[in-house]
Amino acid sequence: MNNSFLEIETITKTFGKQTALDNVSASINKGELVCVLGPSGCGKTTLLRIIAGLETADSGSIVIDGRDATFLPPSKRNFGIVFQSYALFPNMTVQGNILFGLRQKRGMTKAAMVEKAREALHLVDLFEHRNKYPRQLSGGMQQRTALARAIALSPAFLLLDEPLSALDAKVRAKLRRDIRSIQQDLGITTIMVTHDQEEALTMADRIIVMNNAVVEQIGTPCEVYDHPATPFVANFIGTMNTYTDAGNICAIRPENIEIADSTDHDTWAEIRSIEFKGALTRVHGVLPNSEDVCLDLPSDRVKDLNLMEGSTIHLSMPKDHLRKYAVAA
Amino acid sequence: MDKLRRYLTGLRVSQLLVLLLCLVMLTVVLIFPIFSLFSKAFLNKSGDFVGFANYIKYFDTPALSTSIINTIDISLWSTLFSMILGFGYAFALTRTRIKGKAFFKYTALIPIFIPTLVHALGLVYLFGKQGILTRAGLFPFELYGRLGIIISETIYTFPQAFLMFYVALEFADGRLYEAAESMGASHARVLFRVTFPEIKYTIVSAFFVCFTLAFTDFGAPKVIGGSFNVLATDVYKQVAGQFNFNMGAVVGTLLLIPAVASFTVDRLVNSKNSGTISARATQLTIKASTGRDVFFFTLCSLVTGFFLVLIIALAIGGLTENYPYNLAFTLDNFSFNRSVGGMGAYTNSLKMALATAIFGTIFVFVYAYMIEKTAGFTLLRRFGKLLSVLPLALPGMVIGIAFIFFFNSKTNPLNFVYGTMAILVIANILHYFSVPFLTASGCLKKLDREYESVSDSMNVPRWKMFIRVSVPLSLPAILEISMYFFVNAMVTVSAVVFLYSANFKIAAIAITHMEEAGDFGQAAAMSLLILLMNVGVRIAYEAAVRLIKRRTNHQEVTV
Repeated sequence: MNNSFLEIETITKTFGKQTALDNVSASINKGELVCVLGPSGCGKTTLLRIIAGLETADSGSIVIDGRDATFLPPSKRNFGIVFQSYALFPNMTVQGNILFGLRQKRGMTKAAMVEKAREALHLVDLFEHRNKYPRQLSGGMQQRTALARAIALSPAFLLLDEPLSALDAKVRAKLRRDIRSIQQDLGITTIMVTHDQEEALTMADRIIVMNNAVVEQIGTPCEVYDHPATPFVANFIGTMNTYTDAGNICAIRPENIEIADSTDHDTWAEIRSIEFKGALTRVHGVLPNSEDVCLDLPSDRVKDLNLMEGSTIHLSMPKDHLRKYAVAA
Repeated sequence: MDKLRRYLTGLRVSQLLVLLLCLVMLTVVLIFPIFSLFSKAFLNKSGDFVGFANYIKYFDTPALSTSIINTIDISLWSTLFSMILGFGYAFALTRTRIKGKAFFKYTALIPIFIPTLVHALGLVYLFGKQGILTRAGLFPFELYGRLGIIISETIYTFPQAFLMFYVALEFADGRLYEAAESMGASHARVLFRVTFPEIKYTIVSAFFVCFTLAFTDFGAPKVIGGSFNVLATDVYKQVAGQFNFNMGAVVGTLLLIPAVASFTVDRLVNSKNSGTISARATQLTIKASTGRDVFFFTLCSLVTGFFLVLIIALAIGGLTENYPYNLAFTLDNFSFNRSVGGMGAYTNSLKMALATAIFGTIFVFVYAYMIEKTAGFTLLRRFGKLLSVLPLALPGMVIGIAFIFFFNSKTNPLNFVYGTMAILVIANILHYFSVPFLTASGCLKKLDREYESVSDSMNVPRWKMFIRVSVPLSLPAILEISMYFFVNAMVTVSAVVFLYSANFKIAAIAITHMEEAGDFGQAAAMSLLILLMNVGVRIAYEAAVRLIKRRTNHQEVTV
């Protein structure tokens, strides 16, 4: 079954001498939320702007809903967009911001517009704030206004550019769930750019991990976390131990390393420090080849084993959690 | 083919057209006339190319070339005085605890509300042969000539020097002063080792700004210069008196020298002058010091007092029968002679200033929007930025004669604007273009650059977005720009003196004619009208900005 809604085909984009996107391809399915994740400067925002038509790729094409959109202007692509800065018009009320776009729609009566705005406002739970100006609202409410403005036009898909980065941690966590549930209720295809891996892991159906203008991996949060395709992905998402062994780069998560008997171990480490983190305790150590390693153990276990700085522990690295990568030439 | 198509996809044709239109308009009124001016300087009267012959002739004629020395002389002295006074005045308002700072700040700006020739006129009332103070035996010097020009230009350039130093001194890193104090540095040492280095770029810029203004001013030397010739009056005599356009062009190009030099230095200075204030800078705490405050309060009072006395002298002159012989109150001076345009000159000035403010503001703001807020067209936008700063280097006299050469040419299809109000308005907009451009682009830069992306995504056309969002959000800047254009158009003489027609006389120039004809009372009366209008406009502006700020602050933040 071909369920694809948006095809990104071999997109390349350079700004002067700098390559922002190098032969990037991805396919996004109808109704899914895809996060484009990567460090700043990796090209993720450029990709979003090319999908939106705010930039034109040097080569490659964008297909939206089966139609070649490479040469379409933004207004013909039928998307809604939300920016990190919200970009709300401060001289208009919450409702005014939403109506500003709706007024452009042909053949819509005034009553229909207000009804549309009402629906969108209810969706983001801001109906009673509709007559306030943006500066009278908190950051989270402003971002929800921006979301309402984007979805009021019933776009075919949504683009979110770091929508939560300007908010503080608590609001961010709540808005993550809000955005996700609205997206699922509407079943709207959504592409969200973020540099926050936790955000991507918790919200996305699939994640496109980018680095240095190329796609490193595309997969579900579990796939990306459990089976990182490249050392970059391994290190970028979550905490990962990497060490060299027989010419390979080995990678294993701290929670997957096990304490073993002296008779049945893969390697050993000398404990350097013990960091109590609540339910878990992180133990930092040094491998025989003097590479760092850390492991997360239940805090009770650490107490039972009576681990101390300077003591030696024997480690076992379970095969199904151990990833091996060839050393890059 | 694919490449071209991709390029065209990113291209917004309507935006390109508007941008091109803006650039073409500015090029036509800026580059073309300047080109005409330079080409005239290398031609003889019959239009043959003569190379530098005109320049050689100029420097071989002592009656002409002494003007260069004279102009440099008066410019240096007035720059020196206005910088010292401007610095002292700004220091008083930023680094002392004197009372009445708000009052002093506004009175320092009095000179910008009246034409430069009115500064000279006020001096004549005070220190001229029949001057109030001369008659009281308090001024035994010859005002007409060098001295009068230096005082007038000092008054003219003082507000500029003051404002520049004020902005520079307002930001101070308190840590430096605390450190200097803890090391036991004397006041003089702190001034020379901390304060001056902190504002060194401003000192250089202020020097060039004041020097250029004094160097190119026409109004004051016209009224008070006597037989002391300066370049600006020479241009006028060559062109309007002797119809020697080629020699006029030569002198005109000489007027450009300090402006171009200052322009170059300013660019160099400003390119280095970034990020001088550390984010960790602390607020300067001003220590109590009675001696210091008394000194600076006296300084401010003297400067402000002098300006007020000038205005009072004008008021006496304008509201009495026949100063100094008959001091009876009268309003007769306000029925101006027909020959200088009567009251019509004043209403013409208002019309011209209003048109300059309206069209100038629209043009500047659209121009700045196209430069700041369009995507792509990198080269065109860079060219547009360059064009926008060039008018800074053009003295009004140069714009005036360059416009004659360009627009009065029979072959120019734009010839029809010659002799109309339109050419005065165009000259004013060009003359005062650069500062409003900086105001507009500075304001637009602060607006979220994603507004355009959002409106594109919502299929809202750019012009609608511009009118509904960019303009309302920039209202304070737009008002500031309009006020700037209006006030300057009311007081300018230099650019328009060559361009007004007998059918459209304007107030500032009428004052020169009244003064020439000996109608001092009328000249003073007209000056008062200009001052009143400009102060009124300024007050209206301040009130409007305060109202806008209050309205936006009124919507309190509720979380």
